Amino acid sequence: MEKVDCIIVGGGLAGLSAAYGLASEGLEVMVIERGDYSGAKNVTGGRLYLSPIRDIYPELWESAPFERPVVRELVTLMGDGADTTIELASQKFATPPHQSYTVLRARLDQWLADQVMEKGGMVITKNRVDELLLENGKVIGIRAGEDDIGADVTIIAEGVLGLLSSKAGLRSEPRPEDHAVGFKEIVELPPAVIQDRWHLNDGEGAAHLFMGSVTRGMLGGGFIYTNKDSISLGIVVGMEHLRRDGEKMDSWKLLDAFKEMPQIQPLIAGGTTVEYSAHAIYEGGIAKVPKLYGDGYLLVGDTAGLSLNALVTVRGMDFAIASGYYAARTVLDARQRGDFSAAGLAQYEQSLRSSFVLKDLETAREIPHTIENPRLFTHYPQAVSRLMQDVFTIGPQPAKKLSSVVIGGVRKDFLNLTTFKELLGMRKI
Amino acid sequence: MSMSIEAKLGLDVFKIDKERHITIDTEKCRTVCTIKACLWVCPANLYEVDDQGNHTVNYEGCLECGTCLISCDHRALEWHYPRGEYGVQYRMG
Repeated sequence: MEKVDCIIVGGGLAGLSAAYGLASEGLEVMVIERGDYSGAKNVTGGRLYLSPIRDIYPELWESAPFERPVVRELVTLMGDGADTTIELASQKFATPPHQSYTVLRARLDQWLADQVMEKGGMVITKNRVDELLLENGKVIGIRAGEDDIGADVTIIAEGVLGLLSSKAGLRSEPRPEDHAVGFKEIVELPPAVIQDRWHLNDGEGAAHLFMGSVTRGMLGGGFIYTNKDSISLGIVVGMEHLRRDGEKMDSWKLLDAFKEMPQIQPLIAGGTTVEYSAHAIYEGGIAKVPKLYGDGYLLVGDTAGLSLNALVTVRGMDFAIASGYYAARTVLDARQRGDFSAAGLAQYEQSLRSSFVLKDLETAREIPHTIENPRLFTHYPQAVSRLMQDVFTIGPQPAKKLSSVVIGGVRKDFLNLTTFKELLGMRKI
Repeated sequence: MSMSIEAKLGLDVFKIDKERHITIDTEKCRTVCTIKACLWVCPANLYEVDDQGNHTVNYEGCLECGTCLISCDHRALEWHYPRGEYGVQYRMG
């Protein structure tokens, strides 16, 4: 059997990040990617938070093909007939170094694959890994078509479904209650139009999230991220909710209904849809993160359950890149000691625990079941918008005092036992 | 601006393999499954029931998200990724 130092299953951000770290140190590393090119099978909302990973591979990011730095954050709470938008225009976010950028994966991942190859790493595209090869419980390599290839260590970056690793018993199969599905259109618009519609200066970007009637009470929401000359417009919906309640509507129709809303139409008017994509998203949180390493292998990125939906911040790519980096560091150290057993690779989990990756996931431990509450997607967006509408209404009748309008609205929709209990639950997140 | 789902899929690049990457155990769909979630969860709307009452999937337009696989309670789907260089190839992602 042909053998290399390290095989990486999957050429997405986690796998390529690991490959970059290893190739930079002269290891013989082989990334196997099933798409025609890296990024061909990947989808993001999306936005990459660069702040947590800026110091990982600091030389890389200057030349990265980011779309726009996000300087405006918008959240729209959608009720029936009225919605309320909170728009944050922050000088801090508008000033370099920018904390986050909108990205398109086919561009970003291909660029990172090029960087890996410049360091001497091999990125083999158009090949599907069919099986992980195990011997006495140790991962010793992979099978791709007719070829068996061995490695001291295999880094499994096969993506969110974890088909190979769950088949090999290294993690469990994905469950609907721990996942959401996202689907989106890329809608082309001229840069000047994008900037006008989201109040941006030249080159700046916005992230716009929508909660409420857009998912009809199901866990999830709508999103728009502004790219250079297009927007990413899509829906995320919890799979368990969709499976249980979705009979009311085909999933894909949620996006069409979103596009037809009168508040969305002017944002996308004149745009041309050029691509439609879909991807699963892990949202089970740290409680369901699998064992991250074992004899001869490490799990990274989505395969390791490293993603986080905290409602207004949605992360995964920063965790993917960081986990790839720490996987590479671990392999380099294990190689020094010549020990690729589970004990020799245990440092991987320790370094994730002392980094932002597992710290942030630990902080967010209670989020997955807290945001399960359908009232977050029905009652509250509705109540906030109704209250705002009352505040701004002048009718034929003599007006009430502003304070009594506010107090009346708050009393009706927020001062009750259910909300109080939900507030107590919210304190945990 | 509204488009049919078929028109949306028509915008994507697919390299279609003659080998199917999804097969359905239609017996399970008929006998054990009560909710038939595959019919509405798929964001590409690829699942249908034919005249004989068998579940079918138009695997050629698959976006490879895995939602059907994860949502199927009865393991009625044999689902793997298309072979290397086949299936959807996103140009943007």
